[in-house]
Amino acid sequence: MVEQSLYAPVLVITLAALATYASRALGTFLSGKISVESPVIDWITCVTYALLAGLVVRMIALPIGALAETPDWWRFAAAGAGLLVFVLSKRNIGISVLAGALVLVALGTLQI
Amino acid sequence: MTNAPLPASSAFATPQAAFWGGVREALGVPMLVMGASFLGFGSMIRDVDWSVWHALYSTLSTWALPGQIAMAEMAYSGAPLISIILAVGFINARLLPLVASLLPHVRRDNVSLWKYYAISMLIAATSWVGTMQRLASLSQDQRLHYLTGYGLLLYTGSPLFTVAGYLIAGQVPQPVTLALVFLNPLYFMLLFLFDLHQPQKVLSLLFGAILGPALFLIAPNWSLVFTGLIGGTAAWWLGRNGWVRQKVSKELKKGRDDG
Repeated sequence: MVEQSLYAPVLVITLAALATYASRALGTFLSGKISVESPVIDWITCVTYALLAGLVVRMIALPIGALAETPDWWRFAAAGAGLLVFVLSKRNIGISVLAGALVLVALGTLQI
Repeated sequence: MTNAPLPASSAFATPQAAFWGGVREALGVPMLVMGASFLGFGSMIRDVDWSVWHALYSTLSTWALPGQIAMAEMAYSGAPLISIILAVGFINARLLPLVASLLPHVRRDNVSLWKYYAISMLIAATSWVGTMQRLASLSQDQRLHYLTGYGLLLYTGSPLFTVAGYLIAGQVPQPVTLALVFLNPLYFMLLFLFDLHQPQKVLSLLFGAILGPALFLIAPNWSLVFTGLIGGTAAWWLGRNGWVRQKVSKELKKGRDDG
């Protein structure tokens, strides 16, 4: 198993919360003073998107915890089902997430 | 996303009514979407063997889900503290433009400054999307109340779903727990597909999706931070040059029209 608790969860959570509130505080401070259509804001958006895309692909392809013990194709099938329903339902995100989740439940129950 | 003016009945009788109007309008789809996400987060926290109090503390103190998920993911994988904080900081930096663009709509002269810093805590992606359009249809003295009601309902509902997700994950059959933990990756993946209009965003997603796993194989602990910085900056730079070209051609056209 991966070595855990290199540091206390409370410490990580507190620092993550402060790092998050920093953006809210700065946004409050700058509100009305900056245009949100500036190149710097665009850059922030791009970094956020790239980081999140990387995280999502990693959580599907190289997951941690209980999901790490499932066959890859289960997760790919669930993600694929979500995508398929998303296209068929004309971008109904709720139904699509539900469909993907149900596929995973089904595969996990049948243990194929 | 319609441009048609909202009916006059959409305005409230008093500021207090605006507060409760905000509460009412956040119930339903916004609460459901948010709730499902926090349900998944609660299940995930159990999956990484943290306590229910950790889950609760994170939701109440951070209240910005993608960063919370990255935090739990990276802490479990043993990433260094600095790397985790940077990743969370970059992910949640998107709150800066959300807050900066929403607050001018509720600003009034006689409201003390600290209230804006407090209410910024209630601004996240869901509350921004839900209120940004609506605020314009309300009178100035009702907007802050409306936003407070809307944000507060989502904020106070989130810990309930977080705890529920944590508790459910231990009680249901394993396949259901797996699906709960898988909710957020699925949801985020589909959410990205809504946003495929701007070239910069498309490129960012593409670079991130490729660099994420690739860099993980080279430097697992720092891969997310580098994925964001390298992929995001490259996409921004490429898109920006495209934008500059467009602007130049617009100026040229303007010059022609003037001449």
